[in-house]
Amino acid sequence: MARINSAAELEELRKDIVSKRDAAKPCVAICAGIACLGPGNDRVISAFEEEIRKQSLEARVEIRATGCHGFCEKGPIAIIYPGEICYLQVTPEDVPEIVSQTIVGKKVIDRLVYTDPDTGEKAARQSEIPFYRNQMRLLTGNSTRINPKSIEDYLAIGGYAALAKALFEMKPDQVIEEIKKANLRGRGGGGFPAGSKWQTARNAPGEEKYVIVNAHEGEPGAFMDRALFTGNPHLVLEGLIIGAYAIGSHRGFIYTRHDTPQLRENIAIALAQAEEYGLLGENILGSGFNFNVEVHLDVGIFVSGESSALMRSIEGKAPEPRPKYIRTSVSGIWDRPSNLNNVETWANVPQIISKGSGWYGSIGTDRSKGTKLISLSGNICNTGVVEVPMGTPLREIIYGFGGGIPNGKKLKAVHFGGPMGGSIPESLIDSPLDFDVLAELGTSLGAGDMLVMDEDTCMVEMARYFLDFLSGESCGKCVPCREGIRQMLKILTNITKGKGKEGDIQLLEEIAGVAGEAALCSLGRSIAKPLYSVLKYFRDEFEAHIKEKRCPALSCQELAASGGAKEK
Amino acid sequence: MSEITLQIDGREVAARKGMTVLEAAKKAGISIPTLCHHEKLEPYGGCRLCTVEVEERGRTKMVAACLYPVEKDLVVKTRTEKVDRIRKMILELLLAHAPDAFELQDLALEYGADRDRFEKESSFCLHCGLCVRYCAEVKKKNAIGFINCGTRREISFIPEIASKECWNCKECFPLCPTEALQAAFVLTKALVFPSPLSELKG
Repeated sequence: MARINSAAELEELRKDIVSKRDAAKPCVAICAGIACLGPGNDRVISAFEEEIRKQSLEARVEIRATGCHGFCEKGPIAIIYPGEICYLQVTPEDVPEIVSQTIVGKKVIDRLVYTDPDTGEKAARQSEIPFYRNQMRLLTGNSTRINPKSIEDYLAIGGYAALAKALFEMKPDQVIEEIKKANLRGRGGGGFPAGSKWQTARNAPGEEKYVIVNAHEGEPGAFMDRALFTGNPHLVLEGLIIGAYAIGSHRGFIYTRHDTPQLRENIAIALAQAEEYGLLGENILGSGFNFNVEVHLDVGIFVSGESSALMRSIEGKAPEPRPKYIRTSVSGIWDRPSNLNNVETWANVPQIISKGSGWYGSIGTDRSKGTKLISLSGNICNTGVVEVPMGTPLREIIYGFGGGIPNGKKLKAVHFGGPMGGSIPESLIDSPLDFDVLAELGTSLGAGDMLVMDEDTCMVEMARYFLDFLSGESCGKCVPCREGIRQMLKILTNITKGKGKEGDIQLLEEIAGVAGEAALCSLGRSIAKPLYSVLKYFRDEFEAHIKEKRCPALSCQELAASGGAKEK
Repeated sequence: MSEITLQIDGREVAARKGMTVLEAAKKAGISIPTLCHHEKLEPYGGCRLCTVEVEERGRTKMVAACLYPVEKDLVVKTRTEKVDRIRKMILELLLAHAPDAFELQDLALEYGADRDRFEKESSFCLHCGLCVRYCAEVKKKNAIGFINCGTRREISFIPEIASKECWNCKECFPLCPTEALQAAFVLTKALVFPSPLSELKG
């Protein structure tokens, strides 16, 4: 493949790729995502390859191993185009029938399509399934249409056109202005306006500047960035290159986890392909702009995702947050201006540049724009990744997309933001998905991980769980965080074992207050957030544990044994 | 270096740009307690005992004096109810490790910290990092370092380096606010059982 040297050549190449493709040609898009690897999507893919060879259909049928389709609960999923027939929980044994009946015979196999658990109604096409029907899949919609290992698939759907537009039709300041007007807010948890951050990094003195993708998704229950980045790596990369151009950076980093082999492979392939096509490296698209990207792996600790710890890790040091009082966008990696954004934030950039801030601003709420990826897990019928417009009521996410609570149980609470977030009770689920609304309720949108809990969940145990997680995942450098976690965890463990004492709640609040004020980094200052939210909404559960030695959810075993289970 | 003035505890204090609040306070004779600070070492910000309240553009926040840079017209308060409450808790959390450390006892008296508020912990180490940083920054030997993370973080001597360097040095011992009990213990352990891998695996 020869390098692409101009915007016109890019468009020509796209047309050329599309013209060589036959939209009517049957294609099986199988989710090759990591969540479906357990149920055996690799065997399903092999079965399709074998069956198609057996029936000598190689020239007539395309097999596409794609990224995550989102509906993890029902994986492995195979979608047969052009009819968009969506088969769920496909096994290798189903494959011969799918090939002869659906691909060759154009008939739908009833037993493999979605059946509504309440009405028994069938839905054969992906877009008819309630899980997908009302989503707004701006970032993830193409995941079924592209092979993440193929840059041509991405180019065919208009990939890198936004980059060409930014490089040839816009000045860096105009790009920043567009991102500011779109009010794109950071998807990693903070919700900080990306445009302002970019501006700070652009204005910061110094020739050498860096842009970084934070792909260190470490919160328990967060798996949307992995799904997005693994399924469509070029989308994130395109956003990053546009950001680099806007900020004036020529060196970028992708910081991700060492334990995501599939993601790492897809990133490596995407980088190599982008370079080969002249979309990365020297003189990108013939514009004169140079930009290179390196991948850095973490050492497997949650605090690595904290911005300054992440940057120290890239420098080759231990991933401890940096104690300096200066923003990383002014002085980050090697004390140079470093702009860090999360995977999903970067992925939003190309569409804002292509379709404009006006279009983007029309989606979402007053102060939270665009769509948000949510990874749904816990006590929910449909575990998976959904993409919905900001402002969607939480009730709709839980009952509409999520399909409600399994086993006839009642919803008790929803937790956002992992160990740095908070839980809200069932009574508040008519609230909209919105950065500021959730913050006011004492939680945080976080990275979009939504943990649904039913009536059997003990909220004291929930708070204890997150501190237990942090006890091994903070860096342990500063006293309020390290010792605060140690003591709060001890107190909470005692409470769940029926050894709670009068005054424990006050002591917890006192330690939490000091950690919140005096800890070194944002992680340390947030360690008590899950606990605070539980004390705010479920204080009576704490008191039942301490005073009555009773676990209202009948979950704490040692309390159940001592008579706490008598109501059951 | 240009001179600026800021306010510490209601007093006008002159300082040079680039100084920290702790340095400016010290120059003016205002004492701020520290545990992990050492003049020969880079500021660390680990113990948070030097937390002070600063007011900037009408907003107050809690910052570590050993790291916070002075600014013109910055208003610093080194003893407020909030500051004292934070220091008292930090001391109580540390006294669970080293209840008999003199430095902690003196400070506990000043801030009304209860040495028995928390159950005693098995390790004496306060994680001030003075030994680790002195060995790295001043001696440039890196014979001792931190291993593990979170609540499992500990100091550990590297047997291969320690067996060559530490016998005749031990300059880190007097720096230790806990009378070097933990350091002596882990040094002995490193020399008697020189297996760094088993240490790392914890």
